[in-house]
Parts: sequence; structure tokens; C-alpha cells
Amino acid sequence: MIDFTEDQLERYSRHILLKDVGIEGQEKIMKSKVLIIGAGGLGAPAALYLAAAGVGTLGIVDGDSVDLSNLQRQIIHFTKDIKKPKVLSAQEKIAELNPDVKVNAIAEHVFADTIRDIIRGYDFIIDGTDNFAAKFLINDACVLEKIPYSHGGILRFTGQTMTVIPGTSACYRCVFSVPPPKNVVPTCSQAGVLGAIAGMLGTIQAAEALKFVTNVGKPLTNKLLTFNAMDMEFRNVNLRKRKDCAICGERPTITELFDEEQPVCDIKH
Amino acid sequence: MEIKVNGELKQITNDSIAVPEILKLFKVEAPDMVSVQLNGEFVDRKNFDSTLIKEKDEIEFLYFMGGGR
Repeated sequence: MIDFTEDQLERYSRHILLKDVGIEGQEKIMKSKVLIIGAGGLGAPAALYLAAAGVGTLGIVDGDSVDLSNLQRQIIHFTKDIKKPKVLSAQEKIAELNPDVKVNAIAEHVFADTIRDIIRGYDFIIDGTDNFAAKFLINDACVLEKIPYSHGGILRFTGQTMTVIPGTSACYRCVFSVPPPKNVVPTCSQAGVLGAIAGMLGTIQAAEALKFVTNVGKPLTNKLLTFNAMDMEFRNVNLRKRKDCAICGERPTITELFDEEQPVCDIKH
Repeated sequence: MEIKVNGELKQITNDSIAVPEILKLFKVEAPDMVSVQLNGEFVDRKNFDSTLIKEKDEIEFLYFMGGGR
């Protein structure tokens, strides 16, 4: 049992008041370890809400530094942070928001030979990356390490997310077998994205993480939630685990991680 | 015939239509942009040409979204 201080009881009172969370749920949150890969559009709001919620250990992985063009949506970074490593900028904001939270700042990008060591030991992973190579790599690594994670993708006015519980629910590769060919699907840096869309999706991912660590409700598994902010239509498409999925199927053909070829995504394009 | 596309009922004039044509009909710019689910099962890309849509079928186009940063 954690002995809550007076300050903690007050800080987390709105969680403790929730009958589905309560003091036990808050304790679970404070003992949980969540890793966010990508401290950008999705990772920024997710990190702030998870830090505010009092997640015990928050890992943040990102090899980039803050750029002026990030600030339209990556709300954990401020104007004064330009050129600062994103993980450092995020760590500073989290420390100011909630000193209870231990931050593991990992200033690198994920690759096939490092990702398993990075994600191991965490209870839940949030994919906040901006390219298909990383999205497929995170999926495969989480399936192999049997760590639940939240997939998130955004583009222009639209977003999609699904929660993957390896072994029991459909994975990202069940839905999208292989990455699309280069230059067929535009990235946000080519096509743009409404900043608030990143916030909408990142907070859904944070909520999924909190639901998972407190064991509350039903996770967004076997469903792809998609929304289009143009008309604010939200839709869940039901999914089924594929028996012939290359990573989580009955006879997986992917048994070792690999780096997908990824077009260089240059913001000046 | 009547089919359901992304959850909405649609009337199309064709009696039988393969996946690539249905993608064109519903203005999916490039087939590589979507994963296609027919009556709850994913259709392998290599089977797009040989998979025919029939009356009352339910088809979903799931788009790749790679953004996040």
C-alpha cells in the first residue's frame, strides 16, 4: 500500500472520487510504468495527462529536438524550448506539473536492435511516432514482448487509434499487413494536420493507458476508432485477429525484428 | 444492388464488381492507401482483382494514417 500524503489525496481527489478508480485505482496508476514513443503531436498531450494522473514511471523516447513548426500542436514544448532535445523539454514540463512522476528520458529513435530493451519492463506503450517504419516496429516489438500498446495515427483532419493486447486482440499488422509503398500515403509534414486533432487522439491514447493500468472498462481492442473532424464523425470498425497475421498469427513469419525501409521525411519538402 | 460501404448503405448499378473497381467508384485515390475488409474479413491485396462484391456485402476501407508528430 502506498501511504498517500495529504497533498496527494488532494491532487488526485477527482480520480479518487470516481467509483471505478478510487484510492485503489490511483495506487495502481502511481505504481504503473508507461512508455511514450515520440514526444510530438500525440506524445505531448498523452505525456501531460499521464503525468497529471500520477503515473509512477513515464518513459519518453524521442531523438529529435524541438522545432518552431512543432509548436502548433506539440503542447508540451514551448517557444523557449526550440532546439532543445524533446525528451528534455518534456521532462522539465512533467517535473513542474507533477514531481511525483519519475521520467525516463531516452533521447533516441527506436530501431529493431534496440526497441525490445527499451520497452521491456513497461506496463503499456503509447505509439506517438510519425512514420510507418516505427509504427510497424512498435507493433511487432510489443507483440513479441507481449506488452499492450495503443496505436495512433493522424492526418489532416482525421485520426485513428486501436489498442492491442498481444495474444488476445487484433494487432496493427492484422489490419495493415505491410507498410504502404513510399510516397503513396502523405505524412503530416507533407500534408499537414490540424493541431487539435493530435490532442484529440493523444488524449484517447492516454485514457486507454489509464484504463489498462487501473483495469477499468473495456479496452479499445478489436476495433479501429476513426474520426474525421470535418464533420466530427466518430466510428468504430470491428476487427478480428488474423490467423495468417505475419507477427501474431498461428504461424508467424516474423520472428525477429527488422527495420522497414522508410522514406526520409523532410519537413522542408 | 445494395451494399454497405464504411457503415453506410449505398446503391450501385453494378451487379457484380471487383475490389479495384469499387475503390475507384468510391474515389479511393490509390488502392495502396487502404486496407479492405469485406464482411469482417481482410482481403489480401493480391486477391483484390479476384474478389467480387455481392448484394448486401459490407465493405470497409481502412486508411493508412502515419502521422503522430
